[in-house]
Amino acid sequence: MNSKDEFMWLDFQKVGCADFEILKSTLIIHMKEDLDHHSAIFIREQADKLIEQKNVKNVIFDFSKVSFMDSSGIGVIMGRYKKLLHVGGGALAVIGVTDRIDRILKLSGLYKIMSRYQDMQEALNCM
Amino acid sequence: MDQELQNKEMRNNIEMECDNEMVLEFDAISKNESFARTVVAAFTAQLNPTIEELADIKTAVSEAVTNCIIHGYDNKKGKIKLHCTITGDELMIEIVDYGVGIANIPLAMEPMFTSRPELERSGMGFSFMDAFMDELTVNSEVSIGTTVRMRKRISTT
Repeated sequence: MNSKDEFMWLDFQKVGCADFEILKSTLIIHMKEDLDHHSAIFIREQADKLIEQKNVKNVIFDFSKVSFMDSSGIGVIMGRYKKLLHVGGGALAVIGVTDRIDRILKLSGLYKIMSRYQDMQEALNCM
Repeated sequence: MDQELQNKEMRNNIEMECDNEMVLEFDAISKNESFARTVVAAFTAQLNPTIEELADIKTAVSEAVTNCIIHGYDNKKGKIKLHCTITGDELMIEIVDYGVGIANIPLAMEPMFTSRPELERSGMGFSFMDAFMDELTVNSEVSIGTTVRMRKRISTT
């Protein structure tokens, strides 16, 4: 169940703000630093490339290393939601969310289109 | 020139009233978003803010600076001026760009409204500034620029 189909290290040296991992048809985005407009551009580009090329159906955002997020992050999540709809895919989830980020996600109403899970295993089981 | 004189006078007034002031000008590039919010957080540290208050301020600054870069300058070259003062337990943050300006401020401030949906802007920038700060005022003139002023009282323990 835990076997990794693929682990990808993309050219993130350029900005270095996220690692991308694909487990079956789920793309997991491990964000490594503040999610603002600067890192949003990178995450959007890389995620869409993978969603198109690797037949991705679900996306999990891993916030466990993120302490800061602004409305650009909202845009990234909404954008991936639309992208998944476009390719006929399924679920969106967040894990590792701190109180601060939870407040921002609540404020923006994003929990209407995605679910929050405690850890990766729980999220993957519900995908 | 009159305007300049007036600005200088206004500046002097603020300087006289406040306990501490800082002015910073930097390039309108996305790398400087984290720089700007970190600088303001460091400046605010002297008021002994809670982690929550600091996070609120950082988010608000990030939103305002991002607006300057994306909307004010349309990702082209420009300068952003950051001006902060501390007066008693109140922090004032002013973020200025000399870009395109906002024609319809009430519309721009409406939650979920964005003029740049293709850039995946959520339209929540001003809403966040409003939610996380005590006071928000926006002044803008088309093709002259935009000034966002925010205030927040830091709770004293």
